[in-house]
Formats: sequence, C-alpha cells, structure tokens
Amino acid sequence: MDLTLKIWRQASAGATGKFVNYPVSGISEDASFLEMLDVLNESLVMKGEEPVAFDHDCREGICGACSLYINGRPHGPDKGITTCQMHMRNFKDGETIVIEPWRAKPFPVIKDLMVDRSAFDEIIQAGGFISVRTGGVPDANAIPIPKRHADLAMDAAACIGCGACVAACKNASAMLFVAAKVSQFALLPQGKLEASERVRNMVTKMDELGFGNCTNTYACEAECPKEISVSHIARMNREYLVAKVTAPKE
Amino acid sequence: MGKALHYSSITKKIIMSLAGLFLTSFLVVHLLINLLILFDDSRELFNQAAHFMVTNPLIQTFQWVLFAGFIVHIILGVVLQIQNWMARPVKYEKKGASEQSYFSKFMIHTGAIVFIFLIIHFANFFVKAKFGHIEPITYASGTYEDLGLLVVELFSDGGYVAFYVIALLLLGFHLDHGFQSAFQSLGLNHSRYIPWIKRAGTAFSALITLGFIAIPLVIYFS
Repeated sequence: MDLTLKIWRQASAGATGKFVNYPVSGISEDASFLEMLDVLNESLVMKGEEPVAFDHDCREGICGACSLYINGRPHGPDKGITTCQMHMRNFKDGETIVIEPWRAKPFPVIKDLMVDRSAFDEIIQAGGFISVRTGGVPDANAIPIPKRHADLAMDAAACIGCGACVAACKNASAMLFVAAKVSQFALLPQGKLEASERVRNMVTKMDELGFGNCTNTYACEAECPKEISVSHIARMNREYLVAKVTAPKE
Repeated sequence: MGKALHYSSITKKIIMSLAGLFLTSFLVVHLLINLLILFDDSRELFNQAAHFMVTNPLIQTFQWVLFAGFIVHIILGVVLQIQNWMARPVKYEKKGASEQSYFSKFMIHTGAIVFIFLIIHFANFFVKAKFGHIEPITYASGTYEDLGLLVVELFSDGGYVAFYVIALLLLGFHLDHGFQSAFQSLGLNHSRYIPWIKRAGTAFSALITLGFIAIPLVIYFS
C-alpha cells in the first residue's frame, strides 16, 4: 500500500506545531498501524530527521498507552480496539491519513502525537481507590455479591484509561472514564463504604482540571476500545445526586 | 448567581434537565390551548381559554416559576457551552467522525434560534396582551379580548409563518435530544426502559412540533 500521512509535528510542549505530509510506500495490509509508523520512523532516522513521537507500550490493547486521533476518530476506524490493534487493511491504497494527538485542555501535547494524560492519574488520586485493607483473596461466596453486579463492575473495570472518551467527546468531557472508575467500586461491597466521598471528590477533581461537561452525545461509548457503556455515566449521575443530597452539613 | 457558576458539572446538568422537563410540560399546555383556535371560526373557545390563562391568579403566580425555568435553562445552557468550548482550545483538523447522537451537536444553535423566536413571540403576543389594547369581542358566554384575531392576523403573513415553522422544527430537534438526555443526566437509565424513553421522546417531539406547526399552516391556507 502507498499512503500519505498527514501528521501533527510539534517539537515540545511550548512549541507551535504544524501538519507535515509524509509519503510511505510498500506498507503491508497486515501491518498494524503502529508498525506502519515504525516503518516511517526508520526511514526518517535513515534520512537524519527527527522520528515522529507517539505513545505505545504493550501493543496488544491492554495497557492504554497508545492513542492517536486518526481520520477524525480516536484509535481510528474499527470498533472496540486500540490503535495498536488496528490494521492497515482498514485503509485504501493511495489514501491520505490524518493523524493528530488527543485534543483537550487537560491533555497538553508533550511532543508530536504524545499528550500528557496525568490528569487521569489526578482523578484517580482524588478517590479512585479503597483506603481500607481488604485482605487477601476471600473464599468464594464469603462476601455475597450478585452475579449481575460482579459482571457490571468487571465491565467498568475494563477501562484502560487511554483517554479516547475525552478525545472523541465534542466537549472533551472525561465522564465515561470517571464513571467507569466510580462504578467499578460503587457496585462492590468493598467499594460501597467510601462511595459517597469518592464520587464527590472525583467529580470535583474532574471539573477542576478543566474537562468539559457531558451533553449525552455518546461519542465516548462509540469510540471506547473497551466498549464501556454510557449507562455507567447515568450510574455516576445517580451516585453523585444521592451523595450530594445526603452529605452532612459542612 | 455567582455561586451557580461554581456548581459541579453534574449538578449543572441535573438542574438543566429538570428545568428542561419542566419547560416541556408547559409546551403541552400551550399547544392544547392553541389548538382550540382551529375548532371554531368564531374563536370563542380560544379567547375564553386565553382569558382564563391571563386572569386566573394561580396561573398568574405560576407564570413567574415558568419565567424562572426559562432563565435557569438558558443561563446554565450558555455557561455549560462556554466551558465545553474552553475544554478544547486547539481544535481537530479532521473532526467529528465518531458515531453520536446527531441533534446533541446543535443544542446551543437550536436553543439560540428558539430563544430569538421566544423574544419575538413574546413581543407579538405576551406584551400586546398584557400592556397593549386588544379589541374586545362579545359572545353569548361573555366578553373577552379578541386575542384570537391577533393570531389570525399574524398568521396571514407568509414570512412570519415561514419563520414560525422553521423555529418550531428546530425546537423539535432540540426536544428530541433533550428529552432522553434529561433522563440520562438524572441517572434514570435502565436497559429495559431507555429504548422506550428514546422512542417516547422522539414521538413527543414530533407531536409537539407538528401540532404547533399545523396551526399557522391551516390559518394561512384557509
């Protein structure tokens, strides 16, 4: 396959960036998107040019490191996968592919296609944990948990924190990410104890960091590589409303 | 008001959805009264209903709650939108290829046009009815101000009818997203009922819009 890559180049966080077109040729349809970028980078290194910086780690869709906004979609075409799992057969020969970094105020560009996603870590630090010792693995059925709740919590816990929800949202809202983290704990007995403070602290932090508001557009759900449902957002809204109404007077 | 700006994103959305649903209920009452004008040529039913609405003390008091609902919904809508624009200072080169709820992208735009319509509508009817002089008309049941005549006169102007129809269609699009969105914001999401809420929202929006649009069209073409 011969392609033209229109890539956002930005030397550093403070620098002004611009799009640069790179032709690549002889790309296999079976190559992954990141392998295609590796080929481009090798050629750039050979020419003595600066390679394109992009985040990646496990390259098997579980670490949440890879990002890339490809042709107007986070993680590119195809549903329920990350950029590293997406193959070149999703594109046509001769196509121009536009590759951009995640765009959101709380996700500043570090270099080229890499953004700083530590805003997500800050939200987790605000309440995405259980602060009491839960001990070792309990015996089966020692703590009764309805199967449905266990399944829902597991679905929420599938979130890898890649930030595709923020990138896809027209408002750069982090609601799906925060909702997944809130739900994952709120559904289980160990997490219920701190559920009220957790949801209040995490939402406060999310707002403080400058993420947008949810307009129930649901682009997040459509683009989430783990296909996390927006029903978790409704659960978070519910949890938040109850937490606010029942919170003791300060 | 300053404090309201510091409400969390979710609190703002919850207030927004409650105000929205409340305003929706007002549309139903408004439409039912408007439809009366189509049922008799003497406009007696409509004028009688309009007279009741502007003289009943309970409705006159409740009117202020309605105005408050509009103000809250509009101000919060603008605040939320400004925050949303600020959350993405650098725009995408190629944007919006994700699958999403279509009308949700234009809530601020449809809302703004409906707001402009509301001001014109207010000047045309509410201000005239409240502060202007309207010719009285006498029926067997009593003498009322002939508000119906005002409606018929306005709707004989083709330009006004076109503007009215377009504004109401946009209101329909606004409602179509808003109705189901309100339930999501309030956390009322259930796998079993959400598809029905969405369908009910679309049917409701269509009924409201078609109902309102039918009136100027019938009057203009008859």
